[in-house]
Amino acid sequence: MGHMTTAGIHGRATRLRRDRSDRVVAGVCAAIARELGIDPVILRVAFIGAAVAGGAGILLYAVAWLLIPSAGTGDEVRARAADPGGARPWRIAAGLGMLVLALLLVSRRVGFLFSDVLVWPVVLAAAGAGLIWYRSASGRPRGTAAGTGGRARQRLIPLTPGRIALGAGLVVGAVTVFLLSLGVVSGVRDTLLWALALTVALALVLTPVLWRLAATLAEERAERIRTQERAEVAAHLHDSVLQTLALMQRQADDPRAVATLARRQERELRAWLWGGPGEEGPARFGAALEAAAAEVEAAHGVPIDVVTVGDRELDTRTAALVAAAREAMVNAAKFAAPGPVSVFAEAADGGLEVFVRDRGPGFDPAAVPAGRYGLRDSVVGRMARHGGTASVHSGPDGTEVELLLPGEAR
Amino acid sequence: MSGPRVVIVDDHALFRAGVRAELEGAVAVVGEAGGVEEAVARVLEVEPDVVLLDVHMPGGGGVEVIRQVALARPPTRFLALSVSDAPEDVIAVVRAGARGYVTKTISGADLAEAIRRVHEGDAVFSPRLAGFVLDAFAGALPDGPVDDALDQLTAREREVLRHIARGYLYKEIASRLGISVKTVEAHVSAVLKKLQLSTRHELSRWAVERRLVE
Repeated sequence: MGHMTTAGIHGRATRLRRDRSDRVVAGVCAAIARELGIDPVILRVAFIGAAVAGGAGILLYAVAWLLIPSAGTGDEVRARAADPGGARPWRIAAGLGMLVLALLLVSRRVGFLFSDVLVWPVVLAAAGAGLIWYRSASGRPRGTAAGTGGRARQRLIPLTPGRIALGAGLVVGAVTVFLLSLGVVSGVRDTLLWALALTVALALVLTPVLWRLAATLAEERAERIRTQERAEVAAHLHDSVLQTLALMQRQADDPRAVATLARRQERELRAWLWGGPGEEGPARFGAALEAAAAEVEAAHGVPIDVVTVGDRELDTRTAALVAAAREAMVNAAKFAAPGPVSVFAEAADGGLEVFVRDRGPGFDPAAVPAGRYGLRDSVVGRMARHGGTASVHSGPDGTEVELLLPGEAR
Repeated sequence: MSGPRVVIVDDHALFRAGVRAELEGAVAVVGEAGGVEEAVARVLEVEPDVVLLDVHMPGGGGVEVIRQVALARPPTRFLALSVSDAPEDVIAVVRAGARGYVTKTISGADLAEAIRRVHEGDAVFSPRLAGFVLDAFAGALPDGPVDDALDQLTAREREVLRHIARGYLYKEIASRLGISVKTVEAHVSAVLKKLQLSTRHELSRWAVERRLVE
């Protein structure tokens, strides 16, 4: 019997339907039998047997009747789907109450003795809780036609104050009846015990309501954040990518300008997507070097690839190193065009090393007249002033400027 | 047509067409795919030497393709191609089994060279990947048991990586360090193995934090 009950309740979530064309009373046995794949007659006999044995079968049948939806006609199904609120919570409450009653009756029959003192309060409480808990715990409607789709949030049965009040009333009443009949509470002086029992009961009943409220609020908040993020992304793309694309269309006859624009946009978008250095916090050496490379690249139209390993804070000395590296990049961009310039910076053992390499034709650093070449003063001189060194290696495969800033020896 | 047989996997048809045109003559492009499922099916069907694999694709990206193909056809070699420079993405795809990683801005000639190298069983590191690796192996050693052979780079490997990061080609590195190109390749392959097998915190963290932008 117990097994069959479980199957009936569980079946609600599947395609269990009472078919009116194949029924004796309400089609319950036929529906369950179809689900289980057995002859309905077996079930009917079982139900009659259970009905004779203490009336539990009748109750179970009533429960199943309430819980298993009718296959009905197409119109009825659609109507139910469109108005899922309907009488459903009441049916659930009644069903839950009867189910509990049936279980208690069956167990009484089997040998566990429950006095009426326990039975009726529990049944009352179950009905009351059912009234409130239905849809509260899951917050997601089941059993309504999937075809309605689209407005999932709308399909939630609203938890009206009336339902909460009635449900809470039933539970409180059940507790009252229970306490009174047990004789635990006999007068006004037990007010404290009363208050405690009621509080616990109310807490039990109202938890799902509060839970659902919190869930709704969290959901709304998440939705708001999503909307904000979407707006932010849209704004950013509009200000950057769309503008650049427009510019590129207007300069379509100048491939070099297009390449420069694309490259700058790529760098910018990359920094935005993969969160380069944030605006907060102390400035970092690596970020400053990247920024310098971006400037040189934009000014000279030569791609500059920067790879950094480790990082340092940006102070007077490291800033000087960035400035020297920037000058080296400008030189590389001037002489190496259009080939790419590679910049590699590594922070290790307290010191900082920067390599700026191009694939230009190469030159003889010693042959460059003093005062005419940016390398001499802005690079070599600047590094020397800050306790570092700079060396230039040039050959047929290109030129590499090596900057070394040792750790501070203070 | 000669050269390694290649399948190009990228969800952008335009990019596939561009790469195919650039590789014309240097390698034999024997197939294309625009998604994870299609890629797995195509690779198993035409059995290419090298799969040119986009890191970012809907449905799990390049990592998923490697995972599925590696089970069915282990000898397939992968070269990852991405617009992203995020270490999470790069490390993830290399740890999944790619033998190299290059960015999409690479020239056609360099790409063909990278494919050839991967086909021969060598590893291909972009300067940026070399930088990531140096970064990952620079920190303190992981807690717990340390496998020296896997969790640390040798001085020579470090030197080779630094040169790659500085933009040097293998043959330039070889002549600068006074070693053969084969030795340079061996060093890079050794680093690749460490990259794939080491349990260093930085590597596992990157692998976990993989953010795949679709």
